[in-house]
Amino acid sequence: MEETKDIILQYVIEEYLEDDEEEITYDTPLISGGFVDSFSMVSLKVFLETKFKISLPDDKATPEAFDSVNNIVNLVNEFIE
Amino acid sequence: MSNIGSYEKRIKNFDWSISEKELDYKDGNTINIAWYCSDRICQMGKADKLALIYEGFGGIEKEYTFNDIRLAGNTIGAFLRKLGVVQEDRVCLFMDRIPELYLSFLGVLKIGAIVQPLFSAFGEESLHVRLENAQTRVIITQRKHLAKVRRILDKLPFLEHIIIVDHNESKPLQKNEVSFNLEETTPVEDFEIFPTKANSPSVLHYTSGTTGQPKGVRHVHYSLISQYLTAKWILDLQDNDIYWCTADPGWVTGTSYGIIGPWSLGITQCVLNSGFSAEAWYKFIEKHRITVWYSAPTAIRSLMKAGDEIVGKFDLSCLRHLASVGEPLNAEAIVWSEKVFNKQFLDTYWQTETGSIMITNFPGMKIKPGSMGKAFPGIETTLLDPKTFEPFDKPGEIGLIAFKPGWPAMMTTYWNNNEKFKEKFKNGWYLSGDRSSIDKDGYFWFTGRDDDVINTGGHLVSPFEVESALLEHEAVSESAVVAKPDEVNMEVVKAFITLKPGFEPNDELELKIMNFIRKKLSPLAMPQDIEYMDSLPKTRSGKIMRRILHAKEWGEEIGDVSTLEDE
Repeated sequence: MEETKDIILQYVIEEYLEDDEEEITYDTPLISGGFVDSFSMVSLKVFLETKFKISLPDDKATPEAFDSVNNIVNLVNEFIE
Repeated sequence: MSNIGSYEKRIKNFDWSISEKELDYKDGNTINIAWYCSDRICQMGKADKLALIYEGFGGIEKEYTFNDIRLAGNTIGAFLRKLGVVQEDRVCLFMDRIPELYLSFLGVLKIGAIVQPLFSAFGEESLHVRLENAQTRVIITQRKHLAKVRRILDKLPFLEHIIIVDHNESKPLQKNEVSFNLEETTPVEDFEIFPTKANSPSVLHYTSGTTGQPKGVRHVHYSLISQYLTAKWILDLQDNDIYWCTADPGWVTGTSYGIIGPWSLGITQCVLNSGFSAEAWYKFIEKHRITVWYSAPTAIRSLMKAGDEIVGKFDLSCLRHLASVGEPLNAEAIVWSEKVFNKQFLDTYWQTETGSIMITNFPGMKIKPGSMGKAFPGIETTLLDPKTFEPFDKPGEIGLIAFKPGWPAMMTTYWNNNEKFKEKFKNGWYLSGDRSSIDKDGYFWFTGRDDDVINTGGHLVSPFEVESALLEHEAVSESAVVAKPDEVNMEVVKAFITLKPGFEPNDELELKIMNFIRKKLSPLAMPQDIEYMDSLPKTRSGKIMRRILHAKEWGEEIGDVSTLEDE
């Protein structure tokens, strides 16, 4: 079974990276690094909720919580039953 | 002592010749913004002073003196000239906030061509309509944005040159592409700057309206006269200041006050090219000892959300003067800034079309938190009756904000759309499209826009543009787009849609539609909320009644529904 962090990393690469030469890892800063802007966080949140069948409260979906794949995994794991 | 001194005295004795004299400009002379921002500053003995301190993602740091930016402007100008670019050709700058963006701005102006800055997060459709409208001949970009340009190139017959500033030599160049690496090019010391005049076009910024395609706002080199003086008096820029304007030059604040204002005054400015994080921003201010900070309400509210505790981790005592632009700054944000920075953010009001600050809070003035402040000296401002377009003077009553034409930075037309330009004037007044009231002390109080344009995070989004793009999605049958209130961004885009037969309303489809718009237009235009409807409210003639959906979102009275289809 594909790991949560690989699913998220793959989604971020496919949806947000414009240059195929850019590389990101599980720790790359996504928001502060400029790969994902604050407006696009909303669609990333919808993706996580849909994919993992969870509901993320708005006050948990902060730029810090979304700032790397590893941070996102921690957040998602909090809400997966 | 602030640069403006007494506002009351300035109002009484104001003439734009104050700015002209300080810039040694006389009517009929040559006036070239790039020369004023670089060569002139060097001639004033500041060649070795820092003009730009840059920090980018991955710890990249660069510094440029005024002599460096002069040479860079020459070198880029010479390269463009060699390609055959001439005066009034449109040259699009489509880059992140990297040094080449700021330096190319000077290079393009030095040859008398027109700079067309576009926000690098624009999707291919947004990029296409703006390049097509301007009949842009050259685009300067980075390889990370090249794929978007390549996808639309065949639809742009006027686009002759695609200049890539960070080309990877191992990858082949494609049709119309040319590599230009500034750091590997021999600097051009002597360069003949094109002798632009006051009315020569300089910058073409695109802005959105309720209906129709985005409009190209055409500014001229004489706009410098307003931008120089407003930067001096309102941003209070002084010789030893370190200045940070957080706006992207893809929007007018990023050029008027992120390039022209500070550099024409010979001020050192900082650029941080990374995404938002409160910690990174405070660290940047502390590290570079920033003294004057011009930002936006959305950013300020995001900093508020990050909390007060984090502010205490940094030494921000360097901050001397704070100002804000983009949307009305709420009173809470002003009170908060005084609490944590010991300084109030002073709200400034202006538009892409006005080119420079029009109504503002001044250094030294009594601030009424939540107010727009007062008119800049030399700017004749009034409120017009929304029906008669006649000026009125009744404290507390809401009217249309209007300005008497004639200030130096006023737009000269909408590109290829002089009819729309003419519609912006009534009874000899320029209509801003915004509403406000004036109190008994002469302070303006913003109440809202006079149209359906969505102001999200200080950027205008056309509901028409988003609705049209939505209809291009295979699942969408009808669409209506309105502003939705938002704590941080003031407004965000909300879409109401009906689906074509065979499509089910669910979260997967919502995500697909969101990403479709994000890539096609921009993240700003992506609906933050999509609501599926069985049908949209329409008039009997079939026109969608956006007003009803807007009222629903804002909890307002729906008003007259006599023309509603189902009533």
